[in-house]
Amino acid sequence: MSVALTIDQVEVGDTLPTLRYDVTATTVVLGALAARDWRPMHHDHDFAVNRNGTRDIFLNTPNQAAWFERYVTDWTGPYGRLGRMTFRMKGSVFPGDTMAIEAVVKDVSRDATGCGWVELLVSLTVDGDVKTDCTARVALPVSPDDNPWRRHGDQWLP
Amino acid sequence: MTATDEPTTEPAGDLPADVAALIGRVQYPEAGGFPVEQGYIWTSCASVENGNPLFWDEAVAAEVTGGPIAPPSMLSVWFRPHHWSPGRTEPAVPLQVHFDLKARFGLPEAVMTDNTIVFHEPVRPGDTLRTHQVLRSVSPPKTTKLGTGRFWVIEVEYFNQRDELVGVESYTGFGYRRES
Repeated sequence: MSVALTIDQVEVGDTLPTLRYDVTATTVVLGALAARDWRPMHHDHDFAVNRNGTRDIFLNTPNQAAWFERYVTDWTGPYGRLGRMTFRMKGSVFPGDTMAIEAVVKDVSRDATGCGWVELLVSLTVDGDVKTDCTARVALPVSPDDNPWRRHGDQWLP
Repeated sequence: MTATDEPTTEPAGDLPADVAALIGRVQYPEAGGFPVEQGYIWTSCASVENGNPLFWDEAVAAEVTGGPIAPPSMLSVWFRPHHWSPGRTEPAVPLQVHFDLKARFGLPEAVMTDNTIVFHEPVRPGDTLRTHQVLRSVSPPKTTKLGTGRFWVIEVEYFNQRDELVGVESYTGFGYRRES
């Protein structure tokens, strides 16, 4: 499989295509169970409303991580290798929301081992309100014959 | 919700000796309850419509990653306990150090403000992982919009059956008491 995106094709300030998705109760429940998160606020409407005081069940954090990973690797292709993700949760995502995931390239660099890195500022918004901020550091091939997945030990500095 | 909006620092007390002694100490070593499995990988990918061929096409996985791997973001999935298991009478609590600190400082409420995941060696189907928790820091008392309490940073380190580091999760928690 050929390399889809190399580090020289990326510049600071580049924006990634927006991913829009209509969230349903199935989205929330499937995401929670896929992450083995059995807590009731992610599947029980009555518990979420009357115990948590939220308007409905809501997406859990590990599933949001999975959404961010999918979003980043949709852009990089399979040769993109995530090194690090940092989340800050600011609000909840409920059934009926249309979430929009967007990102901008904050930094492009090579580390001491020659590995190419892109730092992305990713945001998940609903109707323009930021629900989650994520900073993602992802390794990209530096040339068509490079593959970050071949790096191990002291050659991988995420 | 974020608890970190310009916290104000109360007159700092010294960290209790028993808590200070826990900083940097490995706690709660735990083995994963089941091997990493392909079915859960597909369920996770389906939940977010992730079509990355690394997880669906064996030939691509063989070429790019030397064989099938799990999505890196699934790291903590492999340690969430079963909803029920024979003989267990108390619910299993992940991130026990967090709950220990709430109890030690008498802070009834808590939120997680930041979560960082660092990915090392890929996790592969069939791997049996182990983990432990390390308390990295505890702040002096602070007051935020939520209440008065302390921030702490806990790291969860994950290893595979070859003792290779596969990832580190870092959680910043804020345990607090609401202002009366």
